[in-house]
Amino acid sequence: MSAAENKTNGIPKIGVYVCHCGINIAGKVNVPEAVEFAAKLPNVAVAREYKFMCSDPGQEIIQNDIREGLINRVVVASCSPLMHETTFRTAMAAGGGNPFLFQMANIREHVSWVTPDKPAGTQKAKALIAAAVERVARHVPLEKTRVPVNPDVLIVGGGIAGIHAALTIANAGKKVYLVEKEPTIGGHMAKFDKTFPTLDCSACILTPKMSSVRAHPNITLWTYSEVVGVEGFVGNFRIQVKRKPRYVDEDLCVGCLECIESCVYKKGRISDEFNVGLSKRKPIYVPFPQATPLVAVIDPESCAELKTGKCKKPCMDACEPKAINFKQTEEIKEVSAGAIILATGFRTFDAARVKRYGYGKYPNVYTSLEVERLVNAAGPTGGEVIMSNGEKPKKVGIVHCVGSRDAHTNKYCSRVCCMYSLKLAHLIKERTGAEIYNFYIDMRTPGKGYEEFYDRLLQEDVHFIRGRVAEISDWTMTPEEEGKLIIRAEDTLVGAVRRIPVDMVVLSVGLEPRADADEVRRLFNISCSHEGWFLERHPKLAPVSTFTEGVYLAGACQGPKDIPDSVAQAGAAAAEALALIDKGHVELEPNTAFIREEFCSGCKTCLMLCPYSAISFNSEKNTAEVNGALCKGCGTCVAACPSGALQQNLFTDEQIYCEIKGVVNYV
Amino acid sequence: MSYLYYPGCSLKSTGRAYEESMLAVFEHLQLPLEELEDWNCCGATAYMAISELKAFALSARNFALAEKQAGGAGEINMVVPCAACYLGLNKAYRYLKEHADLQKTILKALKAAGLSYSDHLRIRHPLDILANDISPDRIKEAVSRPLEGLKVACYYGCQIVRPYADFDDQHEPVIMDKLLRLLGAEVVDWPLKTRCCGGSLTGTVEDVGLRLSYILLKEAKKRGCDVIATACPLCQFNLECYQSQIGRKYGNGNDIAVAYFTQLMGAAFGIAEHDLGLQRLFVPLHLQGTGDKVTGGQYVSR
Repeated sequence: MSAAENKTNGIPKIGVYVCHCGINIAGKVNVPEAVEFAAKLPNVAVAREYKFMCSDPGQEIIQNDIREGLINRVVVASCSPLMHETTFRTAMAAGGGNPFLFQMANIREHVSWVTPDKPAGTQKAKALIAAAVERVARHVPLEKTRVPVNPDVLIVGGGIAGIHAALTIANAGKKVYLVEKEPTIGGHMAKFDKTFPTLDCSACILTPKMSSVRAHPNITLWTYSEVVGVEGFVGNFRIQVKRKPRYVDEDLCVGCLECIESCVYKKGRISDEFNVGLSKRKPIYVPFPQATPLVAVIDPESCAELKTGKCKKPCMDACEPKAINFKQTEEIKEVSAGAIILATGFRTFDAARVKRYGYGKYPNVYTSLEVERLVNAAGPTGGEVIMSNGEKPKKVGIVHCVGSRDAHTNKYCSRVCCMYSLKLAHLIKERTGAEIYNFYIDMRTPGKGYEEFYDRLLQEDVHFIRGRVAEISDWTMTPEEEGKLIIRAEDTLVGAVRRIPVDMVVLSVGLEPRADADEVRRLFNISCSHEGWFLERHPKLAPVSTFTEGVYLAGACQGPKDIPDSVAQAGAAAAEALALIDKGHVELEPNTAFIREEFCSGCKTCLMLCPYSAISFNSEKNTAEVNGALCKGCGTCVAACPSGALQQNLFTDEQIYCEIKGVVNYV
Repeated sequence: MSYLYYPGCSLKSTGRAYEESMLAVFEHLQLPLEELEDWNCCGATAYMAISELKAFALSARNFALAEKQAGGAGEINMVVPCAACYLGLNKAYRYLKEHADLQKTILKALKAAGLSYSDHLRIRHPLDILANDISPDRIKEAVSRPLEGLKVACYYGCQIVRPYADFDDQHEPVIMDKLLRLLGAEVVDWPLKTRCCGGSLTGTVEDVGLRLSYILLKEAKKRGCDVIATACPLCQFNLECYQSQIGRKYGNGNDIAVAYFTQLMGAAFGIAEHDLGLQRLFVPLHLQGTGDKVTGGQYVSR
C-alpha cells in the first residue's frame, strides 16, 4: 500500500474472513455459503474461510492479503470482540494496515452458540457480515495515544489477599496505599485458629505479614478508612479516602492499653465484633492482641464522652503519650495511583435465614465462625469448646452446605466449607473428645493435601453421613434423647431418614458477597456476577483483571476462595499491576468522543453527564471540548448531544446507520 | 374487597365445623363472602394421581365459574380453606399459566361447556386473608373473650406452604402463630408444624398413618398444649378421630382437643359455640381462664 493511499486509505477494498472455529461456528453456520454471500457484497475484494482465524496461519492470511495490496480493510466473522478484537487488529498492523480499519462480526456467541437451527443461523451470520462490511467501509484510520502511568498502587481491603498483594508490590519497590475499613488489618484469617490442611496456626503465619505491612517503608497503611471517590482512568486514578476518627492519635499511641484498663466501663458491655458476639468489649478497645496497627479505637456509639460529653475521661489521664483526642474529626485524603487492586473479601452466610436449623433459637446451635473463635486460644473461652451452660459437648453435629448449594439461598458451592468442617471436626475432637458427625452432600476436597486430610479425619473416627439435614429441633422421642438437639437427616448411603441426638451443632455457613459489594462495584466502575461477586474480565484468560482497565481483583471478593487460592490470586493481581506500572505508559483506545465545533450550540448538556470529567467548556469559542486522554468512549455525551455535534470515533452516526442498513438490506 | 368462597367437598361433610366457623368469623369481621355457584371437585388426590389432565380441567372449570360469577371485573380472590383444595387449585392455576399447550387443551374443553377462563384469579387461604388483608388491630378489637391461658400448638400441615410458599415461610410458617397470639392464646414452640399427619395413609397403610399422627399428638401433649389448631380438614380428622385407636396402640390418652383455627378465632370473638361447630368436636375443648368446657362428640352424620 502506498503512503498516499494510507492517509485516506483510498477506495475501500475489504477482505472478509469467516472462521469455522472448529465446529463451534461451522456446526451451526454454513460457512461456504456465508463466504459466497460475502464475496458479492459491495467493496469486498476478497472473501475467505479458515478453520481457526485466530491461529497464526489464520492471521497470516490477513497479513498476506494486505501486503499484496488485495485489501485495505478487514472484516473477521468469528467470536466475540472481547476475545479476539485485539488479536486481529494486531495482525492488521503487522501486515502494514491501520488496525482500526477493522470490524468483527460475532457469529459464535451471537449466532452458532444460541441457535439450534442451521439455516436460521446461516441467515443471521450473513446479516451480521453484511452489517460489518457496510460499516468497515466507513471506518477511518485512527491512532492510539499514550499517557504516562503513575507508579503508585491503591489496594482496598486488608485481609490476607490485600496484605499479600501490598507486600508483593512494595517489595518490588513501588509505593502502596492500603485502605482497610476495620480498625485493624487481618480480615477473616485473623479470626481462625488453625488453617487446613496443615493445621498450622493461622495467627502465627499471618501476624508477621501484618507487622511487615505496618513497618514497610513503601506501604501507607490507612485502617478505619474507606474509599469514597474514584476519578480518572488507567494509569492515572485519583482516589479520595475517608479516614474515620479513631479518637486516638495513631502516631502517639504506643499500644500500652492503659486507656482500656481505666475506662469508666469496668467490664465490656458491647458485643465484640472480632469474637462474633461471643464476648463483650468496652467502648475503647483494640480488636485483638495482635491488631495492626496496635492502636486503640473509640466507638462513638457507646463512648459516654462522645455521646453525652459528661464522662470523667479517666482514659485521658491514663494515657501517658496523650494520644486520646476526642476532638478528632473525619479526614479526607486524596491520593493518585496508576493501578487499583480490590481485595474487599466476603461475609459469611447468615445462618438465621435457614429457620429449620434453629440458629438463634437453640443456644447450642453455633456457626462455624463462632466455633473458630471458641477453639482459638486467644478467643473468648481461651480455646475451650464449651456450650452455653459451660459444659463440654459429648456429641457434636457439623452440618455442611448451610446457605450453599441450595436454590432457596445460594446455588453455588462455597468451596471452603468441606475443608473447614473437617478442620473443626478435628479441633473439636482434640479439645473435647466428643463424638462427631459430619452431615455432607458431597465431600469436596480438591486441593493439595486436602484429600489426604479427609482420609486423616476418617481415620480419626469422625462419622460422615451423606445427605442434606432436614431440620434441627428439640423434638425428642426417647428418654435418652431428652435435653439434646435432634438432627434429622436423609442418609442417602443407607437409604433412610436418621435422627441423631447431639449436644452441639455447628452450622458450616457458606460465603456471600459483602453487603456493600454493590456500592463498591459502582465506585470502581466494575461489574458483578448475578450472585454479587466482582466479575473478572475472563474466568480463564484474565482472572484478576476487570472490565475497567487498571482495576484488578484479589481474593474472595471475586468468589469463594480459601487462603492458598486468595494468596495466589493476590500475587497474580500484584503482578498485573506491576506489569502495567513498569511499562511506564498506557495506550489509550482511540474510540473517544470528539466535537464538531461548527454544530455545537454551547448548551453544556454534555458537561454534566460525562462520568470521567473529560469535557470542558471553552468560553471563548462558546463550545465544549473533549479531553481525549480522559474520555473512556462510553458514548453518554454523544447520545445526549441535542445538536449532534458530539460524535465518537468508531461509532459515528454514519457508521452505525450503515451497520443497520447492512442488517436490513442484505438478508 | 369481596371474596368468592370455594368450599370443596370436606367443608360440606367431615369438615362442617370448619365451614361454620370460617363463615362466622368472616361475617364477624365484616369480610363479604359469596359461595361459588355450581362448584365442583378441585381435582385433588384421586384425580391428580390418575389423570392430571382431568384434575386440571376440573380446577379450571371452577376458575371459569368464578370469572363468570364475578362478572369479569378486576382481580378475583377465591377463598379456599381446605389445604388439599388450596394446593390442587393453586397447582392447576400455575400449570395453566406456565404451560401454553396445556392451557390450550383446557380452554378448548371449557369452550365445549360454554365456559372460558382468562387468568385474573388469586387462590387464597383464609389464613392469608385474615393475616394480610385486615390489620392486626382489627382482629384485636374484635376479641371479646381473649383466649388467655390457652396453650396452642399451631399445626399447618404439609400443603399450605409447600411447594408454594405464597404467604409464609416454607419450613417455619408463623402466620397462624401470629394470628392466635392476637387472640391472647399462648402459642407453644412446637417444631412439628409442617410434619405429616399421616394424610390418607390412615385409610390405606393404617400402621404408618397412626404412627405419624401419634408423633404429633404426643409432642403437643408433652409441651403442655391444650389444643392443636389446624387449617386442614384431613389433618383435623386424622388427629382427632383416631385418638382412641392411637391410645390403644401406643398407650397414650385420648385427650387433646384438635380445633380449626377459625373455631378458636370465633371463640375469642365471643361467637356462640354452636355457630362455630364446637359441639362437633369429639375431644372437648377447654377454654381456660373462663372455666368453659365445650363438650360434644356427636358423629357428624347424625
